[in-house]
Amino acid sequence: MITPHLPILEVVLPLVSAPICLILRSAVVAWWMAVALTWAAFAGALMLLGEVLNAGPITYALGGWAAPWGIEYRIDLLSAFVLVTVTAIGSLAILFARAPVAREIPADRVYLFYVMYLLSFTGLLGIAVTGDAFNLFVFLEITSLSAYVLISLGSDRRALTAAFRYLIMGTIGATFYIIGVGMMYMMTGTLNMADLAARLPGVLHLRTIDMALAFITVGLSLKLAVFPLHFWLPNAYTHAPSAVSVFLAATSTKIAAYALIRIIYTVFGGPAVFAPMPIDEMLLGFGMLSMIAASLVAMFQDNMKRLLAYSSISQIGYMVVGLSLGNVEGLAASIVHIFNHAMMKALLFMAVGCVFYRVGSVRLADIAGFARRMPITGAALLVGGFSLIGTPLSIGFVTKWFLLEGALEKGWWPVAAIVILSGLLALVYVWRIVEAAYFRAPAPAVEGIREAPAIMLAPLLILAAINIFFGIDGTLTGDLSIAAAQALVGTSP
Amino acid sequence: MTGSEALLAAALVVPLVGAALIVAAGRRPNLRDGIGIATAAVLAVVVIALVRDVLAGARPRLVLVEMLPNLSLAFSAEPLGATFALVASVLWLVTAIYAIGYMRGHHEHHQTRFYAFFAVSLSATMGVALSANVITLFTFYEALTLCTYPLVTHHGTDEAKRAGRVYFGVLLGTSIGLQLPAIAAIYVLTGGLDFAPGGILAGHVSPAAVAVLFVMFIFGIGKAALMPVHRWLPAAMVAPTPVSALLHAVAVVKAGVFAVVKVTVFVFGIDLLRSSGSSGWLIYVAGFTILAASTIALFQDNLKRRLAYSTISQLSYIVIGAAMLHPLALQGASLHIVAHAIAKITLFFAAGAILVAADKTRVSELDGIGRRMPWTMGAFAIGSLSMVGLPPTAGFVSKWFLLQGAVASGQVVVIAVLVAATLLNAAYFLPIVYAAFFRPLPDGAAQHGEAPLASVGALVLTSALTVAMFFFPELPLALARAFVAEGQ
Repeated sequence: MITPHLPILEVVLPLVSAPICLILRSAVVAWWMAVALTWAAFAGALMLLGEVLNAGPITYALGGWAAPWGIEYRIDLLSAFVLVTVTAIGSLAILFARAPVAREIPADRVYLFYVMYLLSFTGLLGIAVTGDAFNLFVFLEITSLSAYVLISLGSDRRALTAAFRYLIMGTIGATFYIIGVGMMYMMTGTLNMADLAARLPGVLHLRTIDMALAFITVGLSLKLAVFPLHFWLPNAYTHAPSAVSVFLAATSTKIAAYALIRIIYTVFGGPAVFAPMPIDEMLLGFGMLSMIAASLVAMFQDNMKRLLAYSSISQIGYMVVGLSLGNVEGLAASIVHIFNHAMMKALLFMAVGCVFYRVGSVRLADIAGFARRMPITGAALLVGGFSLIGTPLSIGFVTKWFLLEGALEKGWWPVAAIVILSGLLALVYVWRIVEAAYFRAPAPAVEGIREAPAIMLAPLLILAAINIFFGIDGTLTGDLSIAAAQALVGTSP
Repeated sequence: MTGSEALLAAALVVPLVGAALIVAAGRRPNLRDGIGIATAAVLAVVVIALVRDVLAGARPRLVLVEMLPNLSLAFSAEPLGATFALVASVLWLVTAIYAIGYMRGHHEHHQTRFYAFFAVSLSATMGVALSANVITLFTFYEALTLCTYPLVTHHGTDEAKRAGRVYFGVLLGTSIGLQLPAIAAIYVLTGGLDFAPGGILAGHVSPAAVAVLFVMFIFGIGKAALMPVHRWLPAAMVAPTPVSALLHAVAVVKAGVFAVVKVTVFVFGIDLLRSSGSSGWLIYVAGFTILAASTIALFQDNLKRRLAYSTISQLSYIVIGAAMLHPLALQGASLHIVAHAIAKITLFFAAGAILVAADKTRVSELDGIGRRMPWTMGAFAIGSLSMVGLPPTAGFVSKWFLLQGAVASGQVVVIAVLVAATLLNAAYFLPIVYAAFFRPLPDGAAQHGEAPLASVGALVLTSALTVAMFFFPELPLALARAFVAEGQ
């Protein structure tokens, strides 16, 4: 009885429970509600994925209004895959969040954290399920606005300026996106993605449509933090509370990547259709720039959170390069990297959060030698680091392999070389952390610390296991993303 | 699962189990070291049984897991891999005995960590030796780099960390930077990565692509220490001597040359390389490495560094054997994997014994030491003869085949290089032996005897093996012949 309504329940339940938490004003209740909801959403996402695999895409007319007039939710393989990724992260991050939140956020505001967390979660799920370009904007704003608040909860006052900068840049991005959607609406008279896809070919040669795509691409690239539109990201990730860094780093840019894939492939039918405006080549160029430039900056960071933030920008480059290759392998690399990067970054930020919880600092000099006192956290950091580099048997390797395959299939050696180079740069910055963690003499602040509490270690270990398992056996995620990519590129049988 | 498949799995698993037990028994040194030796003994038995099956014609195959569609971690045993596995596992048993004498005699710290990573490294070595496709080889090759890093930096000093960075940077940099893209390219071009007799590339690629890919593989396999990617090997000498002995004279470096030979024969294929002429340059690079490294070795006063440069030079014997693309030369390469391993490990054992007993690390301090440590220096002399390639030692056997291959394929350059290298080897090894036995002890030399019994026993054993291989080369020769027959 519930199953047909699963798509909407995924979104409505966290949306409704957020105000309830606000009214109850209790941190404990809010946490339990958030745990229950995120795990329920995860279970729902798995059921949806199962159903999509069995019976093909699911459509759901909101309020019973049929598609072109009402808002349509449409869940295909890509949506379901992203939904599972986001809910998995959401449900693990909430377990992790309780201890650090209680310490880093003033007690009277803790329940607000959970309210905003649930709202942000709602927005992410909404983006994944919606089949309506305007509705996507609404959810994008829900998740972004609550993210600004989450970041500003950081104990450091610099969190406020970071949140403010993110607010400005994020709003510009959202505005660009809605301008583009408005132009498409002007030319086609519809906001439904499937409808847009059907009607756009008739007006593709018009300059308005070129402009629409340009606005949307730039807007989403801002949210995605593609170099050089990344300026909001490092400060936001660095100064946010630990739990927020985990959640945002693993989800917000990933959902923007999803939105970009959705618009470019589902609505416009692939990046190659714009012969006069080579959007694929531009994305490819900026993607490669992100991979290299951000890695170079990351190499010189002394703050682990900032280092990981720049590494995120570099990893976002992998997704952008993948989707701009325009072939199945490249797009599959982007899609699988949504999952892979979410898992590895959540793992890394959680490990850093554990260190911060015990040591009280995230600077490399202050945390030197912590791994001897916190062996589990240290090992988890190592696993995440190997994933970033993309060594075999880690999930990063799966992405790298697909990406190399996609680039070499087109005979684009330079792209393959950039992918390899970026992995080597990752090796350098990851090894700086590993050396500090394992091979330096312990810093004073590290003396006498203990391993992080079990409730933080549990999600950390689950993520580490995911990082290893899907690295050794990448067939499940690999097959799913290839199938999703085939459906989008239009080569599915 | 047949018997030989079970042996294949056991070869990978036994060292891992051993590592876990070593960690578990960390607080009781005697038990821990007993487990270490027992593990090594079990592995040696397993591998010997596997070798027997391989010689009888069995080719067990085992797919562990499918990582991605059409990309699996899979293992199989063929004669060349069996040779390498045999050498590594038997010498691990000897090293395990030697290490106990050395580590205790030298009062090393963190011994549990040391033995545990040592065992894991052996598992990675077995993975390299028994890999059934390029991606499995690459995976375990990388794993071997990672789990030997803590052994290289074992002392934790700044010097060790600097050396560790070079070690790591060169090995991972070359493998990720060159080897991985070459593997991906081969996958895209041919749709598969399984090793196959005659190679898998023929018919799929243009001669130009073959040439580029071959260069990427040869320099991507940094562990083969071909110049100019050899710097990591002298750097790794900061490690405790058992590590230098087993890993940086046997397991790690042989993993490199093994990979070179394996890829040359089973991925590119002898015929393809011969017809496209894309491997001719390798003879010159390897020849240069042999002579240059030998020349550098002449001027090293630190004994372990001299041995390291000697290793670089000797590894290129194996590479040059593969590069000649001649059956006899390939047999020579396969034999030299064995011959160099047993002789070089003897030399490192001796260097370690000298350090433990006399606290000396320099060649110039060894005057007259043969009178105090006759067994050690006697073994050192045998190892030196084998390096030079004189009878009655193992080095002669392999060099004989290399020379035969060079003559048969008309490679005058190789003949010249081998002759010159023989002279150079004699010039930097024999003076050590001469000084040890025939120069007088300096006045006021400290009183010391031999190193602990375990260490001396081990190095006498390996020197005996070095001589034995000259008189009874049947087993390595049979494996080498089977390998060449299979590779055609």
